[in-house]
Amino acid sequence: MKEIDELKFLEGLHYAEDHEWIKVEGDTVKIGISDYAQDQLGDIVFVELPNVGDTLQKGDEFGTVESVKAVSELYMPVSGEITGVNSDLEDSPDLVNTQPYDDGWMIEVKLAETGELDAMMPKDDYLNMLKEMG
Amino acid sequence: MTSELGTTGLIMNEPLLWEKGKKGRSGYSLPRRDVPEAELNADICGDGPDFPDLSEVDVVRHYTRLSQWNFGVDTGMYPLGSCTMKYNPKINEVMAQLDGFSGAHPLLPESLAQGALHLMHDLERYLAEITGMDAVSVQPAAGAHGELAGMLIIHAYHKKKSQHRSKIIVPDTAHGTNPASAALCGYRPVSVKSNEQGILSPDQVAAVMDEDTAGIMITNPNTLGLFEENIQKIADIVHSKGGLVYCDGANMNALMGIVHLGKAGVDVMHLNLHKTFATPHGGGGPGSGPICVRKQLEPFLPVPRIVKNNGQYHLSEDAPDTIGKLHSFFGNFGVMIKAYSYIRSMGPGGLKKASQLAVLNANYIKERLKDDLHLPYDRVCMHECVFSDKHQRGQKVTTLDMVKRLMDYGFHPPTIYFPLVVSGAIMIEPCETESREEIDQLIEAFKSIVAECKLDPEALKNAPTRCKVKRLDETAAARNPCLTG
Amino acid sequence: MRYLPHTPEDISQMLAVLGLDRLDDLFATIPESCRRTEEMDLPEPATEWDLSEQMGAIAGTVAVCPEYKLFLGAGSYDHHIPSSISYLLGRSEFVTSYTPYQPEMSQGTLQAIFEYQTLVSRLLGMEMANASIYDGATALAEAVLMSVRITRKNRIAISSAVHPLYRRVVETYLGPTDYEIVELPVTESGTTDVSSLDRIDGLAGVAIQSPNFFGCIEDLETAAGLTHKGGALFITAFTEPMAYGLLKSPGSQGADIACGEGQSLGIPRSFGGPGLGLFAGKLKYVRNMPGRLVGETVDLDGKRGFVLTLSTREQHIRREKATSNICTNNSLCALAAAMYMASVGGSGLRDLARLNYDKSEYLKSSLKAAGFDIPFAGPHFNEFVVKYPAETYQRLREKKIIAGLPLEPYYPELPAHFLLCATETTRKEEIDNLVKELSS
Repeated sequence: MKEIDELKFLEGLHYAEDHEWIKVEGDTVKIGISDYAQDQLGDIVFVELPNVGDTLQKGDEFGTVESVKAVSELYMPVSGEITGVNSDLEDSPDLVNTQPYDDGWMIEVKLAETGELDAMMPKDDYLNMLKEMG
Repeated sequence: MTSELGTTGLIMNEPLLWEKGKKGRSGYSLPRRDVPEAELNADICGDGPDFPDLSEVDVVRHYTRLSQWNFGVDTGMYPLGSCTMKYNPKINEVMAQLDGFSGAHPLLPESLAQGALHLMHDLERYLAEITGMDAVSVQPAAGAHGELAGMLIIHAYHKKKSQHRSKIIVPDTAHGTNPASAALCGYRPVSVKSNEQGILSPDQVAAVMDEDTAGIMITNPNTLGLFEENIQKIADIVHSKGGLVYCDGANMNALMGIVHLGKAGVDVMHLNLHKTFATPHGGGGPGSGPICVRKQLEPFLPVPRIVKNNGQYHLSEDAPDTIGKLHSFFGNFGVMIKAYSYIRSMGPGGLKKASQLAVLNANYIKERLKDDLHLPYDRVCMHECVFSDKHQRGQKVTTLDMVKRLMDYGFHPPTIYFPLVVSGAIMIEPCETESREEIDQLIEAFKSIVAECKLDPEALKNAPTRCKVKRLDETAAARNPCLTG
Repeated sequence: MRYLPHTPEDISQMLAVLGLDRLDDLFATIPESCRRTEEMDLPEPATEWDLSEQMGAIAGTVAVCPEYKLFLGAGSYDHHIPSSISYLLGRSEFVTSYTPYQPEMSQGTLQAIFEYQTLVSRLLGMEMANASIYDGATALAEAVLMSVRITRKNRIAISSAVHPLYRRVVETYLGPTDYEIVELPVTESGTTDVSSLDRIDGLAGVAIQSPNFFGCIEDLETAAGLTHKGGALFITAFTEPMAYGLLKSPGSQGADIACGEGQSLGIPRSFGGPGLGLFAGKLKYVRNMPGRLVGETVDLDGKRGFVLTLSTREQHIRREKATSNICTNNSLCALAAAMYMASVGGSGLRDLARLNYDKSEYLKSSLKAAGFDIPFAGPHFNEFVVKYPAETYQRLREKKIIAGLPLEPYYPELPAHFLLCATETTRKEEIDNLVKELSS
């Protein structure tokens, strides 16, 4: 596993305490997991995602991400309706490892309310949180 | 000892069964046909399975070669924490093959099955005596099955009192089967942390124990190899709110003849015959997981019960509060024979000696390796001790790398990355059947590996080098599962 | 004691390293109140020679062949086991090895179980099989729980012609849940009445055993169709896998899960255990399967090898969300079954299954010719039900013939009904003698 300064964290994203990121794209947002999270998990072998059309609240489990030796639940950092899921992850779960912020995105959500984004962290705060954890 | 234990030797490649053979070969002596062919409706017939046809020579060579790729207790030491990989006595195997046992049909009329019932009855009594419980059922077919029995008994107990409890306390050091078994009964596991001494504190338990909690699942000694010294106080707290104490008896090898678990406050527990009682692991089973209870829980035990009346053994279904049946027949009788034979061979003094020596071996290893490997809890341990890879992280060497290298030295790796409370855990249980020389050899191997971490860490990343295969791509196996050929 | 190598010198030297004097000092942290005050009340240790004699005497009181003629099946069958298998199973690299979590030193077990998984899938006509469950009953219980997990419904239909002891185990597993079991009745012909299936909704799974407890072969295809129409999973159970050497496989008839007892495949009866829980299913449900799975892969040098895989389903990783709590399974029995299937072979299994069928058909037709009532019409495999007076059963017992299993304890509506079994081990003379004795 890498040191924190060897990992990548993109500017302009909102980060959650349990390592999801949100990228705002007009009416909807894309959600995935950070470079730290994928590094901790190791080689991802399977990603379980919700169905398009599901409506979930902040804190609800929206899926799981599995490596060989571990499973992590994925929790909604915001509330909303699932408008898209990344079907590429079915055949290529490794995209989460190689491109956690781009082709490794997981779900697309139409926000129930934008206020929830304010509770999330910008990149620097997330980085500090990681440094304190280690 | 100067020469290394692990070495290389000639072993054979061997293809998969369907990659060999030829149509028409046979490895089986088809019995003589002495009855005519009867009418058979073609509609119900299939084509028969697509199995290869192999000669007896093909089959014997195949499995002989495969066996040579395996390590077993008879090959060398398995210092696997919480597995108790002790020597499997051969007389036990012979006893299990006695015609009267191996040829016995489970649904024989009782009077014609007396020997089998006698053995199970006596084994149940022996196990009750050894644990300090009052009644036993040998029906569960493995430890996890016994845990399920325990959870069902706790559930039935509360139900009988018209109470519906939804939670159960599970320490952070618990084996995965504990919360999994609890979940099968609908219990939500509530975690309690172990303290800085590595054991449970009564106040942590008191903080979560309430009238919605069915009880606690405790392993004693725990998976850090430490005796849960506060067990009686904890039992009192749980009992005071109407809960029950379940003990995972996987680590019984530290306690025989020394501790009385009934006095410690345990209400229900399971045992692993394939651990403490020396029955072989068979590459993953079969095992046997008897469930042992205090008198007040006896009515809930699985049926049928084996009772003795006037020298005759009977099967009784007269148990209105029973949790029911957990196995199609009586459990793994063939495994029970071996445990019975072991207990009869050891006697009470031998079993106690076994526990004492198991604990001696573990403490000896702990003392001699604590300068090489990080020891999170530097206190007297029971039959196993836990180290971590903390000192080796600077060289970017992990627990996994070190134990893979241990194979080249002729030892099976210890239990790793468990318990979860120690990062990079290495759990070593040497068992009483390992001699001082074997243990010294294991210690020397670990010391050499720790030295290699500093001198040549890359070598560890490629270990093992002397086995049939090198490290395997587990990621590919999980991403694209290929489960049949 | 020959299993305790420590000499007194070893002990005192090792204690010295610890700075202790006596073995008891190691247990100082254990509170007095938890300690035993007396020695355990167990028999004094027996030498190997005394033990052999005593256990031999105990075993000698059990009724077995050839002294007794047992026409008993009902979930535990007498089949010949090749001596090559008993011999191979004595290899301690198989017997004394641990679960193959460290694959580099366990390739023997791993390849053998991969082969077992493959042979089981082929036998049952399914896409994949796991590395074993404890027995046929617990395999059925796991199948029921799996169907509930997948469909998220909580009603199960189980045929009353499923082995009665299997049904009791399923009830025990479902005890603490709110899942409901609906029993499907049996028709006069001894097979399951599936006519009500389309009127029961909210079904997660439908379980039918074939050959069923009465030895009758069920119409699995029709049952599967009705089950699928209702959106449930079709579970086929069995106690005699030998039947699938001859009959259409469960997979070919629409089973989503096929589960049952594998004891017939090279495992001695051993008073009912250890047996072997065969469990096979569809690839699309693999992440919901209980139990271990062995998968093929390659090593660092590109050489083929095998590993335990998809472990995140299991208890040691998933804990309370695992697909099952199973850890230790019946691996050595699975190995025995694989060796048996390898020895008998494809052609051999077909001939052997046919011989089994013919033996019990011969018994059945001889009984019919002698005027006995066979209440459930065939076809049957290995076992069938016959009616005769209860006193006859006792009379034959005195002659050391166990003429089937009395069914009344399991089905009170079937007094004086007996489940008779004949396999390839039953000789024609024994069958003729049985008919003669029953008739006299």
